[in-house]
Amino acid sequence: MTALPASMPAVASAALPRPPGVISSTLTVARRELRDALRSRWFLLYTIAFAALGLGVSFVSAAGTGGTGLSGFGRTTAGLINLILLVVPLMALSAGAASIASDRERGMLAYVLAQPVRTWEILLGKFVGLGASLLASITLGLGACALVLAWKGLRTQPASMLWLAGLALVLALGMLSVGLLISSLARRASVAVGTAIFVWLTLVFVSDLALMAGAVALRLRIEQLFALSLFNPMQVFKMWSLHAADASLDVLGPAALYAVEEHGSRLHALFGACLAAWVLLPLGLAGLCLSRRSPL
Amino acid sequence: MIAITHVTRRFGRHVAVRDVSLSIAPGESVALWGPNGAGKTTLIRCVLGLIRCSGRIEVAGRSVRRRGKAARRLIGYVPQELGFYDELGVSEAIRYFARLKGLRAVRPAQVLESVGLAGHGAKRVRELSGGMKQRLALAIALLGDPPVLVLDEVTASLDAVGRGEFVRLLEGLSGAGRTLLFASHRIEEVSTLARRVAVLEKGRLSRVQTCADFADSLGRSTMLHLVMPVAVRARAVESLRAVGFPAQLNGVGIVVPVSQDRKAAPFRILADARVPIDDFEIVPVGKAEPGAAHHQGEAR
Repeated sequence: MTALPASMPAVASAALPRPPGVISSTLTVARRELRDALRSRWFLLYTIAFAALGLGVSFVSAAGTGGTGLSGFGRTTAGLINLILLVVPLMALSAGAASIASDRERGMLAYVLAQPVRTWEILLGKFVGLGASLLASITLGLGACALVLAWKGLRTQPASMLWLAGLALVLALGMLSVGLLISSLARRASVAVGTAIFVWLTLVFVSDLALMAGAVALRLRIEQLFALSLFNPMQVFKMWSLHAADASLDVLGPAALYAVEEHGSRLHALFGACLAAWVLLPLGLAGLCLSRRSPL
Repeated sequence: MIAITHVTRRFGRHVAVRDVSLSIAPGESVALWGPNGAGKTTLIRCVLGLIRCSGRIEVAGRSVRRRGKAARRLIGYVPQELGFYDELGVSEAIRYFARLKGLRAVRPAQVLESVGLAGHGAKRVRELSGGMKQRLALAIALLGDPPVLVLDEVTASLDAVGRGEFVRLLEGLSGAGRTLLFASHRIEEVSTLARRVAVLEKGRLSRVQTCADFADSLGRSTMLHLVMPVAVRARAVESLRAVGFPAQLNGVGIVVPVSQDRKAAPFRILADARVPIDDFEIVPVGKAEPGAAHHQGEAR
């Protein structure tokens, strides 16, 4: 049965309130995400762990380098790169993964989406807010290391440290996008965070081993090996940060040497494009998933 | 103000809402009535654009699907139970949702006072009781004075006293030209707030009636409001329910929906149960608007 009575009285459009703009909505969500992240115990724990381990790496390497510092590919850079590879992706993946799924779990996602705000604005707001919190964490961690190195009288190049921080941020944003994608697919926060940790383990440990095993078992050519390594954002970050520090990539093996010989000055653009894809593609997919799935 | 045209929503093979069409005029108050699983909440979620559905829904001419943000700017929504960010402060929550609605000059203290939460602004949301959280949700829904209020069984999680207070709060809001669409399966709420009742059965809109006709059809065209001491209220409800009267507690006593020809029966039952009645009021369902005749008296 239908019940469509009468005519509906016209409502004057001018008298009705207008919704806020895209930037305003996005920034509103971003500010809240940033505030929540800075208050979160997990964020503080990660930041303190990152800074403490960074300081440890700086002290140890400073004791052994005899003044090499960050002027070239020193122990400090190598140590910090490995530290970033371990801590920053884990921090970004878990922050992104917990974000949307926990909102969905407690009914907050549906409640917020019942307000005059679009799915994309919420996703972008979360990305910007959590990205800003990761920037704060990386800045604190690497800033503390830079201070220690300066205090120990090591010859450091601020540009190298800034490059490293910048690359760490791009890696963090890529992993944050992956985390948000996981979160937009998961119904429960615990499942999302568990999946994020599995992805982190895969990217940090398993993919390296799989690549090595694959290279031997399938007799992969060197260009194939390099192409495959570009699918792992950790590998891209590692190669790019060493390349940016003017270090020889031979420490990473023949595939990296091939990359230098084959692509030369285009490597920055290639690595940049790879990490940009890791930021944009998962974020785009997360947006699609969120807009197609029920927020309940 | 709200036009719902041939709306259908399926969950796999299950059809939660089937070909529902309903039009609500500006300033009108319509209740969605039906048992659990009838499709009330699903229809409300479709109106808010939270779930996709076939058919067309417009709020003041704005399509919920194509211009969802503009349509939702006109709606204040109160869910059944609010899952707020627990760590958020109450005033902070008001400011956050005000910004989401594009409002800048909002005074949280003033907003909270309007829903009886004055002095609670400094608390965390998790420190509020269920009833207070619903009041906070109502305060947020009213931010920017939206022309439409959508409520989804807002009193379901409240106790009897909280329910009575919340309905009285809503009663004050249902006038003033605001359109109200709400889901409920409590006759006392429907009779207090609605002008029309849309009855949903297994996802279908079976009928749309005036509130008085609806109450007649249920055989409960009259509400008895019985005032009595706190100590005997639970016993009174128990005694009446035992013989089939769906009595409910409210703020000052109990409310009993009855048919026109059985108004005296509850008094006899309560006298037999030795329940003292301090005062009573007989309110015809659907005629609770200003000017309606109320019969009052005292019973000893």
